[in-house]
Amino acid sequence: MTVGATKAIGLISGGLDSTLAVALVRRQGIEVKAVNFYTGLCITETQRRKGGRADGTMPQNEALRAAADLEVDVEYVDISGKDYFHMLVHPRWGYGANANPCVDCRVFMMRRAREIMVAEGAEFVFTGEVLGQRPKSQRRDTLRIIERESGLEGRLLRPLSAQLLEPTLPEREGKVDRSRLLDISGRSRQRQMALAAELGLSGWPQPAGGCCYLTDESFARKFFDILDAREAAGGERAIEKDDVILLSTGRHFRLSPRAKLVVARNEVENALLEHHVAGRARLEARDVVGPVALVEGAPTWEERLVAARIVARYGRGKDAPKVVIGWREEDLQEFYEVEPERDEARIEALRL
Amino acid sequence: MSAPLPPPARTIDTSGKLCPFPIVEAARAVKGLERGAVLCVIATDPGIELDMPMWCKATRNEHLGTFREGGRFRSFVRKGGR
Repeated sequence: MTVGATKAIGLISGGLDSTLAVALVRRQGIEVKAVNFYTGLCITETQRRKGGRADGTMPQNEALRAAADLEVDVEYVDISGKDYFHMLVHPRWGYGANANPCVDCRVFMMRRAREIMVAEGAEFVFTGEVLGQRPKSQRRDTLRIIERESGLEGRLLRPLSAQLLEPTLPEREGKVDRSRLLDISGRSRQRQMALAAELGLSGWPQPAGGCCYLTDESFARKFFDILDAREAAGGERAIEKDDVILLSTGRHFRLSPRAKLVVARNEVENALLEHHVAGRARLEARDVVGPVALVEGAPTWEERLVAARIVARYGRGKDAPKVVIGWREEDLQEFYEVEPERDEARIEALRL
Repeated sequence: MSAPLPPPARTIDTSGKLCPFPIVEAARAVKGLERGAVLCVIATDPGIELDMPMWCKATRNEHLGTFREGGRFRSFVRKGGR
């Protein structure tokens, strides 16, 4: 056994499984560099950007917390670029229940992890994946696909399930002691919790996983709506960084295949929308307090009035007979005096 | 009374950038410093109050303090041994 003087790259989310994986590898004397991939789609990050939770508390950055608890070097790697978004829209292995192309996303991340492994002179990459824990991305066959397609064949270790999987190169070479890895499978977390207690780890986030917007049903509806609308308008099925921020901000209404309305829900969202005015129309009540809203696309005259009525309905003037809504597009400012929309069924019919 | 903070060898301004980018930029800046040198990170993301101490602990740098000044934060880090 030649365990020691080995370096590995560990993918860390801050959840229980990835934290345990780091701890298991570290206790074999292996140097670990933890990597957290930034996609822009983390629900916790968005909560932080919007000033914290409803109860006023600020959620922790779990990857940082876990790295701090384990005192392991951690690096953030931003993968939220054009290639990542292209993968989200054109996944080779398809979507899960919502807009989550988990297999493709894992392949994308592992390819990047492989580059980091090479650059860092590390021997292998490891993750907190557990065989059978997730219906699509953590089946035996998909774990194999992820390993093969990322170019990490033989160098992708899953410490929590390792004894149920083919031995990896570092295990075969004696750089990792396979007998000290685990044979966990399935969705139960009992063994992980027992191991966490044994290792003195606490404070992991509850519930497990679920931090990704792509697995959220409401987000998925808005995600596919954008793609469908762009395609229907003769454009490309594509999303950009800007879209991702807007998809997680405000109330969304599909006015028509040509136009969409986003209405802020609070001051923080007002400020967020102000950063995305370019190329969109900005709406706000002129004489009463109300939300900032954006319209994207090319609305008809009637659709402009529908948007103005909805914006009026979410402001202080919602019970007034008329509200004046300012509509600004670049240097052009117009004012529409409208009756706030009071037909909730109509609003709901347009809501995404 | 606490000791005054040492003058920073470098100051970076991450104003307007949100989690995790103030930390990403701090990590990059610390790499270029001599051991023992101090980095000052200016940020507007309130998350830095939570993030910087944790990042310093993980990476064996020393968190000297994070101070709120109106809508901005100044966070001081001394480069550690790693």
